[in-house]
Formats: sequence, C-alpha cells, structure tokens
Amino acid sequence: MTVTDTPTTDREAGRVTVLQASNVTMRFGGLTAVDDVSMTVHEGEIVGLIGPNGAGKTTFFNCLTGMYIPTEGRVELGGELLPPKPLKVVRAGMARTFQNIRLFANMTALENVMVGRYCRTSAMALTSILRGPKFRREEEATRERAQELLDYVGLGRSGELLARNMPYGDQRRLEIARALATDPQILLLDEPTAGMNPRETEETMQLIFKIRDSGLAVVVIEHDMRFIFALCDRVLCLVRGSLLIEGSPGEVQSDHRVIEAYIGGDDEEETA
Amino acid sequence: MSRRTLPDSVRTTHGSKAPWLALAGGILFLVSGMLSWSYDDRILGDLSIRFYPAGIQLYAMLFGVIGVILAVLLLRRPAWLSPARGLRILGTTGIVFVVWVIASIAYQSGGLINANEGGWVALVGAVLLTAGGHLSPEVDIDVRRWPRLSSTLEIVIIVVLMAILLFTVAYTLDIEDGVIFAAFLIALIGLAGGLLGTGFGDYLGFIGANNRRPLLLAAFLVAFLFPFTQDGSDANMSIATQVLIFAATALGLNIVVGLAGLLDLGYIAFLGTGAYVAAMLSSSGFATVGWKPPFVVVMLIGAATAATFGLIIGSPTLRVSGDYLAIVTLGFGEIFRLAMFNLDGNNGPDLTNGPNGIPAIPDLELLGFDFGEVHTVAGIPLGRFSNYYFILLLLLMFVMLVFTRLNNSRIGRGWVAIREDERAAEAMGVNVFGLKLLAFSVGAFLAGLAGTIKAHQDTSVSPDQYVFLESAFLLAAVVLGGMGTVVGVLVGATILKLLPEKLREVNDYRLLVFGLLLVVMMRFRPEGLVPSKRRQLEFHGEDEELSELLQAEHLQTEHLKPEQLEPEPLQGAK
Repeated sequence: MTVTDTPTTDREAGRVTVLQASNVTMRFGGLTAVDDVSMTVHEGEIVGLIGPNGAGKTTFFNCLTGMYIPTEGRVELGGELLPPKPLKVVRAGMARTFQNIRLFANMTALENVMVGRYCRTSAMALTSILRGPKFRREEEATRERAQELLDYVGLGRSGELLARNMPYGDQRRLEIARALATDPQILLLDEPTAGMNPRETEETMQLIFKIRDSGLAVVVIEHDMRFIFALCDRVLCLVRGSLLIEGSPGEVQSDHRVIEAYIGGDDEEETA
Repeated sequence: MSRRTLPDSVRTTHGSKAPWLALAGGILFLVSGMLSWSYDDRILGDLSIRFYPAGIQLYAMLFGVIGVILAVLLLRRPAWLSPARGLRILGTTGIVFVVWVIASIAYQSGGLINANEGGWVALVGAVLLTAGGHLSPEVDIDVRRWPRLSSTLEIVIIVVLMAILLFTVAYTLDIEDGVIFAAFLIALIGLAGGLLGTGFGDYLGFIGANNRRPLLLAAFLVAFLFPFTQDGSDANMSIATQVLIFAATALGLNIVVGLAGLLDLGYIAFLGTGAYVAAMLSSSGFATVGWKPPFVVVMLIGAATAATFGLIIGSPTLRVSGDYLAIVTLGFGEIFRLAMFNLDGNNGPDLTNGPNGIPAIPDLELLGFDFGEVHTVAGIPLGRFSNYYFILLLLLMFVMLVFTRLNNSRIGRGWVAIREDERAAEAMGVNVFGLKLLAFSVGAFLAGLAGTIKAHQDTSVSPDQYVFLESAFLLAAVVLGGMGTVVGVLVGATILKLLPEKLREVNDYRLLVFGLLLVVMMRFRPEGLVPSKRRQLEFHGEDEELSELLQAEHLQTEHLKPEQLEPEPLQGAK
C-alpha cells in the first residue's frame, strides 16, 4: 500500500489512512438520508457503525461503495478520490457484503468466490477460447486462491455446495470470502451477524479479528451491541442521517444520547 | 412432475397387482400388432391386414416387447433398477402414440368408424402399462453404485450407441409419410424412455460424463458419416443443412440469451448482415460491390460487420434491462429488414437491390473444392447439400467450441453472476456492462459467420428471409431445448426445423402447433428439454427431489466440517 498522506490532525496520527469520507450528504428528493457524515478509517482498524433502523447506515455504505453518488462530500480511498462506480470502487480496493445476503444462489461456494476474483484477473474472450497456457495458469490460480479463501473463512470443505443450500451462517461467511477475493484494502460488512446464533457470532468475531490482523481495515454495521463493543476499535453512531457521536466503544456505550436513540427516549421514532 | 402422483395407501393395497397389469398391457400391445388397425387400406402404409404387421403395427409390438420385459423385471423386484419409472414413461407415450395413430386414421379415412380393433386393444394396453407403472413402488437408485466397467468397454458402449443413433436417424429421415414419421418419433421416445428410464439412462449419462472426449468424438463422427448413409440423395441432406445452419445460429443466440441472460428478439438481423455481406461481395451478377475477395475474407468481413452492428446497437441499449432490451432488439430487427428492403438506389445507395434481393449467388469454392459439384467418396456420391453439410458441421463445431469455452471461464462465471444478481455482481467487481456487450457482439459475430455460408447455400438473399418470425423461431429453439446448454439447443433446433419439413399436413398450422408446444413447455418443463443443471435449479428452486439430493450431499460434508475456525494467515491479500 502506498502512503499518500498521513493526517497529523487525526487522533491516531502515524497510522495509514485507508478511507476518508468527508462531509458525505445523500438526499433522495426532499429526504436527507445521510447528512454531513465524515469518517476516517486506518489500516488494521475495525470501525463500527451503529444506529437505530433507518438511521442511514446502509445508505452511507452505498455512498462509499459507489452504488449511490453522494449529493455532497467526497470519499477518498488511499488518498485518491473514489470513482463513482461500484466496479471501479472494487478495483480501487474496497469490498463489501450485503445486509440481506446477496450471494449467487445457484453457483457453488467455490464459484462464488471465483467471481470475486473477476476484477483481479484478465482473461478475455479470445484468451478464453484459445485456452493458452496463460489462461490455464490464471484459471488454476483463481481456483487455488478461491479455495484458500474458503479455507480461511472456515468453509474449506463446502466448496462444491450450492450457495443456496448452505446454512445461514455459512452464507454470511461465504459472502466475506467472496469480498476478500477482490483483494481489498478495506472491507465493509453490513450486519455480518444478523440472524446468527451466539456461537456463529463468536466465530464471525474471530474471523473479523483475523482479517484485521492481516492488515485490512474493516467497517462493520451491526445492531448487536455486545458484538460491536467487543469488536471495534472505534464506533460511530448515526441517528437520522447525522453523526451523533464518534469514539471508543466505552465512550459511545456510556453516552446517554446513544441509549436514548435506541430505546426511544422522547423520540417518536420507535425502533426495535 | 412430482413422482408422488398416487397416495401411498393406494400403492400399498394395489401394488402387488402392478406387475400383472403391466404384463397384461404388454401382451395386449403385442397382440394389437397382429390385429387390423384400420378399415381403409390406402393410408399409413396399410394397417388393415391381420397377422401381417406393417410399420405402425411393428412399432406397437415393440411397445409390447419392452412392456413385457419391464413387467417381468417388476415381478423380480430388483433393488438396483426402477422398472416402474420406465413403465410410466412407456405407458404414457404409448397412450400418446395410439391416440395419434387412431386420430390420424379417423382424420385420413373420414371417420372414427374406420379405426379397427387393433388400435383400441393397444390403447387398453397402454393404459394398463401406465397404471402398472404408477402402482409400483418407487425404487431409489444410485447409478454411482453400479459396477464400473473398464474404460475400453465404456467407450465401446458409446460407439455402439452412436452407431445405433446414426442408423436410427437415417431410418427416421427415410420415412416419407408424415404421420408414420411422427408415430415413429413418439414410439422412439417411448421405447428409449422406457428402457433408459429404469436407470440405464442415468448410468449412460454417468458413463458419458466419464468419457467426455470419446463421446464428443463419436458424436461428431456420427454427424460426419451421416451424408454417407444417404446414397447421394439430396432430399434429406437439404433438410440436414437447414437444421445445421439453424442450430448454429440458435447456439449463437444461446450465448446471448442462455449464458448472459439478455433477451434478443432481433437476432436474425445479424444472420442477415452476414448473408448480405457475403452476397454483396460474391461474384453474383447482381452483386452490388465490385470487390471479390476470397471467401475466408468474406466470412471475416461478414462476421465483423455483424459484430460491429451488435456493438452499435448494444452500447446504448444494454444499459436498459429485461423487457426494454427485448423491445429495442425487436426494433433493430425490423430496422434491418426495412433497410435491406429500401437500399435499392431510390432511397440511398444501391446495396441490396431492395425487395428483389441478390439472387444467383454462385456456389462456394474453397481451396479448389467446388461445393456445387458431386464428389464421389468410397463409391458414395456426395451432392451439393452434402458439401455444405460438411462446412456447416465445421461451423457448428466452432460455435460449440466458443460456447463451451466461454461458458467455462472467467467470462462465463461473470455471466452467471450477472444473471443471478446484477447488482451484487457489479459490487463484486464484475464488469456488467462490458460482459453484456461482449455476449451481444460474440453472438452477433457467430450469426454473421453463419450468414455468409447461408447466402451461398441459399443462392440468394432477400429481405423477406429475415423477418421477426425467424428471430422468434430461433428463440423458440433455445427455450424449447434448454437455455444455456449445447445439446438442448441442438435438440430444439432439430425439432423446429425437421418437424415442419416432414409433417407437411401440419405445416399450415405450424405456428399454432409451436405456440401450443411452447405454452405446454412453459407450464410443465420451463427449463427446456435438455436443461442445464443451474437452469433447472433456477426454475425448480423449491423442488423437493432436487433439494433432497443436495441436502444428502450437504449432510455428508457437514459431518466433516471442523468445529472451530482454524486461524491461518491470509496469504497474499495484497
């Protein structure tokens, strides 16, 4: 990774900034889904994004990954302005998973991960038809790398299973493997433990730590507070599109505004 | 359809009678062959004489033979075979067969009264066979547990089956009478289905999957040898070349529709582009371009022109999806036809001679080989159509190669991903637009290639050959056969081209018949006759049998799964 800028104003000065989102605002007509949110993510850091339902977390994710083009603000990855297209964002080194699992249901687990390798491989039509040694090498490398990633997330023996037939927790992990296959610098996980039992949640936490330790930055959206406070180095809380508080898990956990936002307080917005 | 057609209670109480019912059915079928089927002796090759079976009566007796064999098998209750499944297929097709014959007799001789006792006896036999099949208990068979043969023996089996196939095809095509032809086809489906449905079919599929290369080679050898069975006759070869060109084009369309999932309703325009380019550059007296390059160059120009058109209409329209793309391509198909109709010198340049088209395109000549002449090989004369048959076979092989290799590559995976979930594919770095455009232009390229040969084989091109209906037929071949498979499209193309040629009586109603056929297909087998595994899942995601099978596989692996995540370093993440 190239070090293009190391912001000295940041609290954690000295660490390499991977993602820098500044003043991102997203409006749909009259509705402001994300309002002036800034976020900085460093290498080897896990950042949590919490907030009640409808707070704009997923919309913010979509702004980062190029699915939406923010109405205002800018997103930089490794110091470079992110191109506003999912395809180019992935090439630039940012990968994501989805809140509602979006695997390729009728492909096997291995094929799913191999699709993730698409943007890091280059065989085009003519090469594929001629099947020269270069094509074979690349195909072999793709397969090996995909298998490696399946092993990495603990699905090494499920490679031949169709994604649709895998248990829920495995599908979540397969999505992570598929995202890792794109060789990202930063991984965005949208509710990675939704619907998981405590054991699976614990396994997922270990997996995310493992990914972090390999040098990637991770941003996690979650509703499971115990999970997020145990996992993250830093937590941002979004409420109604704007940033309520940013700080260490301890700081956020004890902030009364966060508790209010979740259990209702004076708000009319009831969330469960 | 579900295998649970009968409640289990009925099966347990009447199951013991099943083999006897089936045996009676088989014997009735045998007897029917010795009886008179028709009062009228001028139709269907004379079915009126008793104890002297003609064509259709012989087919009925074959139903009987297979029925008796399956009934006897059922009595012995083998654990590794499922005669019940075979009986159900045999019985059901038997009913269709007999009804078709009786209806034809009634139609051709002017009344149901002319159908004699043979047909009715056979009908009872068919019903009994079906009942026997439905009442018998289901045997779950796993052909992977069958003994493995030596690989030489497996290849011998493949070769023998292919030889049988060759002679069956030659025999089938020699049947002149449309009704008998259809009856034989139905009988063939029933007899083969009855035998193979017992589990032998799965076993043969298993053998085939283990010997892909020999199978492919044998199949092409059979296709290559086919003209030699025709003894110089052009009648069947003319149909065969039409089937081949249709199949090659449909397979190209299958890349667009079946692999990339783009609905193209104007595909015939690309075939037309190739054909028109070849005609314009040919040495026909009506050709509008003075330059006469060799045919290999013409092929490349034709294909490249078609691919360029594909890119031109693809780049703005592939951003819209689904129905909108279908409408745009439909429009393009019409634009092509009208443009060819009007580029006659009055409106714009004279390129196509307008509605008259470009006639008198001479036969191909490649490397001194004149496609118009009769060549005699090993004492068998091979006429003009046989010559085109060979080059079209090469073309088909090339299209198949492109299809399968693209399918099994990074690009094919990208296409499947786009079909499955376009947004997720894009978020995973798949170049959705680029891949769609690629599918579109590769499809157009292959159609253009086919078109250049078609122009010479047809000896003329005119706008009315490239109407929307032809695009619809190509699409029908793909849908009927099975989207995303090679064999399926070959089957679909053969059915759609061969049947109208042989069934002259039906020819006037062919649109009606094909429409009905497609509606029925969509209801009962939307994945096509020879579906790809993945398509089958897409259509029958909730199917119990399929998921049961996968569940079993899954449980096996579940046992083996490690309880804990093994921490490993992520290698080469950057």
